[in-house]
Amino acid sequence: MIHQYKLNGYNIVVDVFSGSVHVVDDASYDAIAMKDAGMDDAAVKAELVKKSVSEQDAEDILSDIAELADAGKLFSKDIYALHAFDFKKRSTVVKALCLHVAHTCNLNCDYCFAAQGKFHGEAGLMSFDTGKRALDFLVENSGTRRNLEVDFFGGEPLLNFQVCRDLVAYARSIEKEKGKNFRFTLTTNGIGITDEVIEWANRECYNVVLSLDGRKETNDRFRKDIGGTGSYDRIVPKFKEFVKRRGGRGYYMRGTFTHYNPDFTKDLFHMADELGFDQLSMEPVVAAPSDPVALTPEDIEVVKEQYEILAKDMIRREKEGKPITFYHYMLDLAGGPCIYKRISGCGSGTEYMAVTPWGDLYPCHQFVGDERWKLGDVWNGVTNTALRDEFKLCNVYAKPECQECWAKLYCSGGCAANAMHASGDIHGVYKEGCEVFKKRIECALMMKAAEANL
Amino acid sequence: HIQTLETRDMVKSLENGGCGECQTSCQSACKTSCGIANQQCENAEK
Repeated sequence: MIHQYKLNGYNIVVDVFSGSVHVVDDASYDAIAMKDAGMDDAAVKAELVKKSVSEQDAEDILSDIAELADAGKLFSKDIYALHAFDFKKRSTVVKALCLHVAHTCNLNCDYCFAAQGKFHGEAGLMSFDTGKRALDFLVENSGTRRNLEVDFFGGEPLLNFQVCRDLVAYARSIEKEKGKNFRFTLTTNGIGITDEVIEWANRECYNVVLSLDGRKETNDRFRKDIGGTGSYDRIVPKFKEFVKRRGGRGYYMRGTFTHYNPDFTKDLFHMADELGFDQLSMEPVVAAPSDPVALTPEDIEVVKEQYEILAKDMIRREKEGKPITFYHYMLDLAGGPCIYKRISGCGSGTEYMAVTPWGDLYPCHQFVGDERWKLGDVWNGVTNTALRDEFKLCNVYAKPECQECWAKLYCSGGCAANAMHASGDIHGVYKEGCEVFKKRIECALMMKAAEANL
Repeated sequence: HIQTLETRDMVKSLENGGCGECQTSCQSACKTSCGIANQQCENAEK
């Protein structure tokens, strides 16, 4: 299977199953399309000559195509489905936890998928004992895996900062003995950032995710406190100080765009140009289609155009020596994920789980609050093994709608939670999400072509 | 006529991949989409 597209002056051909990416001239682009449609070499050559391609060039192109096909880099077949990985028997270990240390929040954002931090349930803070047990559960169930990831999440995790500190101290006290390396991350709305938080996070967290939606009017439309006051003026100075003192360690300014700002590059460029942040991530809102904030089909078209604007602008910035990073455009083509990862996806429900303040386990943070998706708890482990197996089997080959999609080994079948919210089934797909994803990959690959000066 | 970007050989990774040490992608930045494509592998075949 191949995918061909033109973007920003580049003709790009993606060979789906080998992972190869080719940048081609116009004649080759047409020739590859004709070969893909089943035409033989003589017919392709005749068509090319009709389009004023010289006989010699036509022969060279056909020779190049044949060489690539023989090398398995063009028109490659799907050998992975035939391998029929037995995913149910596949041994999996737990390697990451999303620790919901606080089911409460000091903001009251209208669009919050977590229902203002309470996940449609009771407010609560995780105790140290529950968190400690969660870390022990992670170590006990991580097999030989060395790197273990823990994200402090909520709600707003800084409302339970002391427990975060104590849990990191506990993890550091056992990691040598257990042969593990804990990698902590923090996701925060910024309200609770203090010097003490900055000093701790810069020492202990290899990445921090800082929530800011962009321009003041965009951010303050939804990111308000209980009294209805926007957060921008309070959080921006704190974020600037945080990032300045981060000293090159990982961070992401993480924004959400909605029906009210599908032209989200204006917000991204505000964060880059007026606030000085250079590691950026903007994500479409997670909302029911009936929600006023949800992106409409018309918005999706605007969003796709925005991704192209962003890609072209990032190429310009790179040339000018002032690059910015956009999470979804960070592709490492030579050092990216192996085929096992590409087929099995994010690991929700098997390798990755969320822990509520009361120690309950869910497949990921987006399933928390709906008892149907409870896997077990940190004391008794995964007791709903049928549900875990359902997630284990939920890979890209288990999704009928993904079979003919060129992007399936880039998205791995997409996000199970998004699929569930959109279709009611984790084996479904979130069609609008697919459209957005494919556009992002097309842009990211085009940027790779530009980077290679082709 | 045709230039090929350097990419990881998926077929080779069938033999050499699967160590599981890569980062859990959803933790990386956005928490709302899986971002598998944005992963890096410390053990990719060089």
